Amino acid sequence: MAQAAAVAKPPAPPRRRRASATPRRLPYLLIAPAALLMLGFIAYPVISVFYYSLQNYNPTKPWRNGYAGFDNFTRIFTDDPLFWDTLVFSAKWVFVEVGLQLLFGLALALIVNQTFVGRGLGRALVFSPWAVSGVLTSAIWVLLYNSQTGITRYLADMGIGDYGVSWLSDTSTVFPAVVVADLWRGVPFFAILILADLQSVSKDLYEAAEVDGASRIKQFWHITLPHLKDAIILSTLLRAVWEFNNVDLLYTLTGGGPAGETTTLPLYIANTSVDAHNFGYASALTTVAFVILLFCSMVYLRLSKFGGESK
Amino acid sequence: MITKEATQAAPAPAPTAPEPPRPNKRRRAWDEAPRWQIYLPLGIYLVFTLIPFYWILLFALRPAGSTSLVPWPMTFVHFEKVWTDRSFGTFFYNSVLVGVATLIMTTLVALAGGYALARFDFRIKRGFMLALLCSQFVPGALLLVPLFEIFAELQMINSLGSVIIAETVFQLPLSMILISNFIKNVPYSLEEAAWVDGCNRMRAFRVVVLPLLRPGLIAVGSFAFVHSWNHFLFALMFLNNQEKQTIPVGLNTLMSADSVDLGALAAGGIIAAVPVVIVFAFIQKWLITGFSAGAVKG
Repeated sequence: MAQAAAVAKPPAPPRRRRASATPRRLPYLLIAPAALLMLGFIAYPVISVFYYSLQNYNPTKPWRNGYAGFDNFTRIFTDDPLFWDTLVFSAKWVFVEVGLQLLFGLALALIVNQTFVGRGLGRALVFSPWAVSGVLTSAIWVLLYNSQTGITRYLADMGIGDYGVSWLSDTSTVFPAVVVADLWRGVPFFAILILADLQSVSKDLYEAAEVDGASRIKQFWHITLPHLKDAIILSTLLRAVWEFNNVDLLYTLTGGGPAGETTTLPLYIANTSVDAHNFGYASALTTVAFVILLFCSMVYLRLSKFGGESK
Repeated sequence: MITKEATQAAPAPAPTAPEPPRPNKRRRAWDEAPRWQIYLPLGIYLVFTLIPFYWILLFALRPAGSTSLVPWPMTFVHFEKVWTDRSFGTFFYNSVLVGVATLIMTTLVALAGGYALARFDFRIKRGFMLALLCSQFVPGALLLVPLFEIFAELQMINSLGSVIIAETVFQLPLSMILISNFIKNVPYSLEEAAWVDGCNRMRAFRVVVLPLLRPGLIAVGSFAFVHSWNHFLFALMFLNNQEKQTIPVGLNTLMSADSVDLGALAAGGIIAAVPVVIVFAFIQKWLITGFSAGAVKG
């Protein structure tokens, strides 16, 4: 590696001179559109959320608006059982979803990475729910879970579950029901990313392992998995953040019910700001959610030693 | 990409040449699992994947009230009803507009930014990269209220422009990181050679770099299209006028009705699925190559 760098060095000076011959402003001009869009529509809203979190701000009760100090935050941590309930459910939701999606996605990627007849079609079919939206997923599973005409009726015919039960409105079945619905469209995400990363494993390594008589399981543990490590860490992190933030599916499938059973923290926040118009309090909740997310991500990257052992 | 193909192609012929017991080795090669270990789990998973698709097709094509498990006699009344009575024709048009505009804006802006990140060292580069990464943690759903206020200020509520901008902004960071990785995979020397031949930077980029970016751009562009086609909350919040709404909002309206018309819902779902399924079938192969080229370790 060091040698390669040394070899590459000599042609470097002319390149640098050439680059500086182009206007110094060019890179700034190139990133300007992106930077402006992100400043205006991400940074500014984020700052205003921080600002509102210190305010009483409710358009329907303007007489109470004004600076509130840390009142909103005090209320979140000391006087809002819903916050803790939804936070716990969010953690459970993210943990179960990401864990199962990774497990099935990894297995699926390993399978469709083999050479077999019908591989192209198999890949296309298995990956297809990736393109399906949260709302469409909800629509599909509303049809499947419908108590009169859904698949649950036919399962009941086969002795699985009872007739006339809507899985989405029963507190004992709603969690597995939404988990399965979200798995259906979530697994392909991992399968695609992991399959992409599998393309870059050097075949020589497997051939060498073959010569040494390593079993396929050993090859998986000692070659495939270490190679996938960084991709897995990054994709689980991105997916966890996404699963935490994304409310499409739960919003449309259960609306957070029954009895608040499936309300995640972001769904609670959306309800607080949209239905209750309590922007100040919702902003404080958002700030807390953001800090929790950032903190967990840091801890995760640190614990998993992302990019650690690779040279 | 080029370097990768080159390095992979180079060592390959060497070891295969002096290998006498070829047939035996092929059978034991690492990727040759017993057939049933492939087809059995794949088959089971396919059942899980395909039954929901079949189910929605069934509801969309069979007459209302039927409990038949095959869509026969087949009827298209649900489609007609949803397309005209439930304005899915209008929603479809709006969704296409939003999807295509988001695709174009995201790709152009991310291409410019990605090129700067890949090819230049400039003072705020590190900070900018950090901002891109951090923005991944910002939940778009939680910025609904301030975003609504901004668009209200800009008089853009009820205009598709608000949704297009919002979708683009939240697609940008990841798209830009991916594209800059794709560009890094194109050797700088290729561009420099084009300059020597008298191209200016813009022309060199167009003639030399852009063709090599095709799989990556297809992956990023289709990503942007599919996301904006599917995304629901921005359209729900910023577009109150029924004339302006998009397909996911229309679907949600169908679902939250007091008595859900299952046939209409299924037909609406099929209409929502068709474009993304077509896009997906078309890009599926590019997606894998695109991701493996622009992947995490740029």
